[in-house]
Amino acid sequence: MAVCVAVIAKENYPLYIRSIPTENELKFHYMVHTSLDVVDEKISAMGKALVDQRELYLGLLYPTEDYKVYGYVTNSKVKFVMVVDSSNTALRDNEIRSMFRKLHNSYTDVMCNPFYNPGDRIQSRAFDGMVTSMMIQARRGKESLVARAPGAWSPEEAAKGGAEDL
Amino acid sequence: MADPALFEFLHTEMVAELWAQDPDPGPGGQKTSLLVLEGMGFRVGQALGERLPRETLTFREELDILKFLCKDLWVAVFHKQMDSLRTNHQVQAPLRLPGTLLCPQGTYVLQDNSFPLLVRMASGLQYLEEAPKFLAFTCGLLRGTLSTLGVKSLVTASVAALPACKFQVVIQKL
Repeated sequence: MAVCVAVIAKENYPLYIRSIPTENELKFHYMVHTSLDVVDEKISAMGKALVDQRELYLGLLYPTEDYKVYGYVTNSKVKFVMVVDSSNTALRDNEIRSMFRKLHNSYTDVMCNPFYNPGDRIQSRAFDGMVTSMMIQARRGKESLVARAPGAWSPEEAAKGGAEDL
Repeated sequence: MADPALFEFLHTEMVAELWAQDPDPGPGGQKTSLLVLEGMGFRVGQALGERLPRETLTFREELDILKFLCKDLWVAVFHKQMDSLRTNHQVQAPLRLPGTLLCPQGTYVLQDNSFPLLVRMASGLQYLEEAPKFLAFTCGLLRGTLSTLGVKSLVTASVAALPACKFQVVIQKL
């Protein structure tokens, strides 16, 4: 379930970064930052491979104990990084790919917006809405599995909630 | 289909509008209008560079990017392909390997023998002085698309006889 989505520009600075829950944001920012190295590694590895078709979707970049990080790079070297909570039912590859495709389409729309200057932070509400729907969809899915009091969701509370239900 | 005509009319009006507002018909005023047109083309090119490339990373070298410009970009905007793509060999590399494309300087000449924005004007040498203003937007378009795809370049256009025109793309190595 997407807990953090980031759009990184060609020059490796963030154009858009958003995470749920809002505490511990710095941890997600740091994870995205470290994942850029892995992205660069994958890109250069692809460049050396003599394959005709190279994928935009980079796949799982690296797993940590709580989260998995996925990457995607566009033809204009803009990178999308998604941090996904690995505690639940593992999201299938297809679902991650479709989420990245939606991100790519929304990013293209932002680029075509005449009021957007390439290189600025993305402030489009439509883009925000699309990212929120990706994150909330995941949250709603998780809440239907385990009954929990409404309120801020965080990994610690999720662990507590799970223990209480048992 | 009316689509190509829509863009042509819009472009004609853009050039006419920018030139009409020019109180000083001398070289200074003209340059600003040309810069504005080129800037517009640049922004459009940036957006197109994001939208057009296919779902896969297929640009392995500069030549691939130029071929993309000649085929996909030209077809999307002008509904026809570029007629020829040539490279200007300016060898600066000390080693010449047989069979490789020698273009370290990165100069390409894209030739279009019947450029849609010029085809309606004349066929021959009439209106040769007026032609450059109708090419500024397209130069910007090429530069913008190249810039999104990661290539810094300088694009100039030249017309020998309408409606054939040549776009010279010089790739600037950083």
